Amino acid sequence: MSKPFWEAASRGQLLIQRCPSGHRQFYPRAVCIVCGDDPEWEAASGRGTVHTFTVIRQNHARPFRDELPYVVAMVELEEGVRMMGNLTDCQLDEVHIGMPVEVHMIEAEPDVGVPFWRPAAGGPGTRGATA
Amino acid sequence: MPDRVPVIVGTGLSDYPQAPHLDGVQHHAQAMQRALADCGVAKDEIDGYLDAGGGGMMIDDAVTMAEYFGIDHRYIDGTMTGGSSFEFHVQHAAAAIRQGLCDTVLITYGSDQLSRMGRGLGTGGLGRGVKRFAGPQQYEAPFGNSLVGSYAMAAQRHMYEFGTTSEQLAEIAVGVREFAGLNPRAMYREPITVDDVLASRLIADPLHKLDCCVISDGGGAIVMTTAERARDLRQPPVYVLGAAGAQTHWNISQMPDFTDTAASRCGPVAFGQAGVTPADIDTIQFYDSFTITVMLLLEGLGFCARGEGGAFVKEGHLRRGGDLPLNTDGGGLSSSHPGMRGIFLLIESVRQLRGQAGEAQVPDCELALACGSGGWLSCIGAVILGREHP
Repeated sequence: MSKPFWEAASRGQLLIQRCPSGHRQFYPRAVCIVCGDDPEWEAASGRGTVHTFTVIRQNHARPFRDELPYVVAMVELEEGVRMMGNLTDCQLDEVHIGMPVEVHMIEAEPDVGVPFWRPAAGGPGTRGATA
Repeated sequence: MPDRVPVIVGTGLSDYPQAPHLDGVQHHAQAMQRALADCGVAKDEIDGYLDAGGGGMMIDDAVTMAEYFGIDHRYIDGTMTGGSSFEFHVQHAAAAIRQGLCDTVLITYGSDQLSRMGRGLGTGGLGRGVKRFAGPQQYEAPFGNSLVGSYAMAAQRHMYEFGTTSEQLAEIAVGVREFAGLNPRAMYREPITVDDVLASRLIADPLHKLDCCVISDGGGAIVMTTAERARDLRQPPVYVLGAAGAQTHWNISQMPDFTDTAASRCGPVAFGQAGVTPADIDTIQFYDSFTITVMLLLEGLGFCARGEGGAFVKEGHLRRGGDLPLNTDGGGLSSSHPGMRGIFLLIESVRQLRGQAGEAQVPDCELALACGSGGWLSCIGAVILGREHP
């Protein structure tokens, strides 16, 4: 079920699902959560805004303990679905609800790309390491 | 016609907040023994058993625990909705008693979380590799979100939409700590101020350390039966006047609205069953995993309008001497939080309604509302308990 999503992500493509009646959803499932029909894959724009977020300052698990502090955000895609992700390439105090962001893929392990987010081109971000 | 109105007759707490001499199952057992002794019910009278498991041991599911205790049940339920499981259990047990599926019900919980896992648990995360995670968690695990972070995202959105402040959230922790000072067993008893909360370090913005519950050991047990049977028992019965539950999501990334919980759906059902309104409630025992949890439950259950929780708590209603005292045992924020705290809310409500709360007693306490929140603001269970039956 999840394989097409992760394989696409490793190619730089972000997939969501859309059923024949047009209901979109994320995470991928075998049924549409609105009408119960069969969802199909759809390429997402990769653009969205920060719906809400937090700055994680304590986490004992590796590898995250070595990356503190970092941003976990709920990103609302232009298509209307939300997904969790990390926000990189900006200062912590720049992050705000409503901030425009775009996807970029990190290869977390062989053949598995993970969608990360950064300020949308033309947005307020500054390039460089995550604060 | 026998009176099959469901009542709570016995309660027991196991040793808390730290009990290295007990494992999870022993917490269940000790709480059960104390609850039976409280009301005078014999163990072989129990014919209904409810247990959520979740104590961190593989052997504390309902059927295994029924075997362990030697309970010959006619009714069994292993509903697991996180920390709110026990509010759901009261709903189910009340229905089963009314239906005659069983007569005498035991609900237990136990956890040795602090002694076994230590204090890192609450902010613990999972590895980044997605291949190790099946199901929905594979879409969250790579990002290093923490348990605190999930609630923090709700708090952040509440601040954005309604102008809620960290000071307002802190007020909740300060009030609960005041009650903890009256509980000799509470983990933290020294008074704190709003400034203390704000000066404690940020764990996941905007939540500070003192916005977060403690991590403890502990367990509880409840005995329920019919009002008819209760007449022969040691304690005055506490009536289950309303009980309802609802769910909006399980995984935090699926929360439909970060400032609204299922309390807005199950609250009206529970109030409707009881025939009362929020204004009638004398004390609230709310799941206070985090300060934001309390604020969302207050708004969802209609104690104030949506978005007005910040102003409401600043008015002092929830404090000692207020008209709606909150978490009179010191709550999860200061007293104990063994992982799934919902049974403590019910037990403290019973203590208040029996007039057995000592210095923390709410005067003329007739109606109490216990409201559990399970998962990540996911499953809400509301139970209205009363000293009298209308």
